[in-house]
Amino acid sequence: MNKKQKLNRESNSPFRYSVLFGYAVLAFFAIISLGPIWIAVKTALSDSSTLFSGASSILPQQPTLFNFERVIGLVSPNDPRLLQTSFGKVNFYQALTNSVAFTLLAVVPQISFSAMAAYAFARLRFFGRRLIFFLFLAATMIPSVVLFIPNFILIKDLGWLNTYQGMAAPYALMTPFAVFFLRQMFLSTPTELEESARIDGASYFTIFFRIVLPVHRSAFATLTILAAINAWNEFFWPFLVGRDRSVQVMAVAINSFRAQQAGGTPDWSGLMACTVLGIVPVAVLLVLFGRKVVESLQYTGFR
Amino acid sequence: MSVRVQPKAPSSPQRSHAPTRRSSFFRALRYRESYCAWIFIAPALVGFFTFYLMPAFRALYISLTDWNLLRAPKFIGPANFSKLWHDPNFWDSMKVTFLYVLYNIPIQTVIGLLLAVLLVRLGRSVILRSVILAPYLIANVIVAIIWFWMLDPLLGFGNAVLQWIGIGRIPFFTDQQLALPTIAVVNIWRHMGLTALLFYTGMQAIPKDIYEAAKIEGAGPWRSFFGITLPLIRPTLVFVLVTSIIGSFQVFDTIAVTTLGGPNYSTRTIVWYIYENGFVNFRMGYASALSCALFVCLAIVTLVQMRILRSGQSELG
Repeated sequence: MNKKQKLNRESNSPFRYSVLFGYAVLAFFAIISLGPIWIAVKTALSDSSTLFSGASSILPQQPTLFNFERVIGLVSPNDPRLLQTSFGKVNFYQALTNSVAFTLLAVVPQISFSAMAAYAFARLRFFGRRLIFFLFLAATMIPSVVLFIPNFILIKDLGWLNTYQGMAAPYALMTPFAVFFLRQMFLSTPTELEESARIDGASYFTIFFRIVLPVHRSAFATLTILAAINAWNEFFWPFLVGRDRSVQVMAVAINSFRAQQAGGTPDWSGLMACTVLGIVPVAVLLVLFGRKVVESLQYTGFR
Repeated sequence: MSVRVQPKAPSSPQRSHAPTRRSSFFRALRYRESYCAWIFIAPALVGFFTFYLMPAFRALYISLTDWNLLRAPKFIGPANFSKLWHDPNFWDSMKVTFLYVLYNIPIQTVIGLLLAVLLVRLGRSVILRSVILAPYLIANVIVAIIWFWMLDPLLGFGNAVLQWIGIGRIPFFTDQQLALPTIAVVNIWRHMGLTALLFYTGMQAIPKDIYEAAKIEGAGPWRSFFGITLPLIRPTLVFVLVTSIIGSFQVFDTIAVTTLGGPNYSTRTIVWYIYENGFVNFRMGYASALSCALFVCLAIVTLVQMRILRSGQSELG
């Protein structure tokens, strides 16, 4: 059998089967990826009395929005439906608003100040630029738990435990990732526009606000989405400094809600309603900006 | 695109910065490159100094003290480190962490490579990539609680299915042998999509004609994977391995939600041990010493990996 025949044989029947098998594997992993999320949605929509009988079912049993209503406090405490089972107590509406506040406080200034710094690193010459940038890079090597101990003590000494500013402060002025990401974006665009503005007599501030920001708005949008998802999902640091109910964010609230009932059976339908509510904002971002999110993660490996 | 630039500045404003008038200090502030640069990086620099640089040194200092946050820190020199060296719990937590990394990384990497190859060959759709990435975008805590629920021995969907198949119910998170592998599986599920996407990006950079040539030479799909794909994505492979190993060494959230280090310390990883020392028992000095040990350990692991895998070089040139 010569090479040509071999090539032909390979590209005919066995190839077809392998393609089919490949699609099957992809479909399998797609189901694996979404399956657990669906189980959470299913449980959240189920009447909690059906949890045992409907454990193996894929569809919600006696579908209801009651679980969502009770975890965000839309149900009056005297409602008879609350009395029949021992539901856990959680004010998830408060936790969601806390998460929104934390995310905004952490992300908006972070992006603004990181953008300014990234512009300086990418475009301006100044003494110590390389050293400072190297230090920023080196900082990413330090495991976060090393920094959490002194940062916790700092926040405690400032009297900022259980405050929004205490939770957001370490993220608010910069993150090394945001600076690198934007610096890279700035470096990858041509400088002609900025240079001609310089010749026309624009100050660096004018250039930054009138040219750099508008030109890179897509990069800012991408970074904002990534940083917002990260802040929304943050657990360890808010768990250390913001455990009080009045400030606890979504992830901390879910953790304490589950820990409340460590003894008895957890309030699973309530917990799953909380998790679904915690997923919704991220899911919306993914649906709206899927390509942006996927491709930026793909090229940066943000974690 | 309309970019409006105010045509101002009557004096010559180019890169020659000689201020023509002495009164124009603020003018210089706005036009001198280095002044501007410092203004631009000032907020980020303050943040970096306060929450990265200073704490890094402070962590080192705290690790040399005995401090429970109630009294003033007492300087005790390297005593915490010699205590750590003789602490069986520390070595046990390191062992647990290594085991966890060992469960986690190979499977995650193989699944990532498999998915990446399939994505390159069959499906380049953004929707498919979004779907496999979805678990990564969900909070760790949520991922952990969903799996905790799915694997609940009594009511969980997973265990109901196992019962239905005939295997019977398995107490995944409360069994001393199974708890750590289960946590590894949860994190493999969360990270496999990201890993696959990163490999996918690396594979896209490989020119098609290399595969064509190999095919003409008679190389089958396995041969071209091990002979072409794997060597050519080595920089990506190193990046993914280094970052995911560093990440797995610091696993915390999943444990905080599910096992709390149990049963019988079988999931007490190093970061959980640090957390217990620092934030449950308020032994700040000792917790800091442990965290410094983790840092050193990670630095060594990273260096060794870079050396073994020769990160910089790709045959792609």
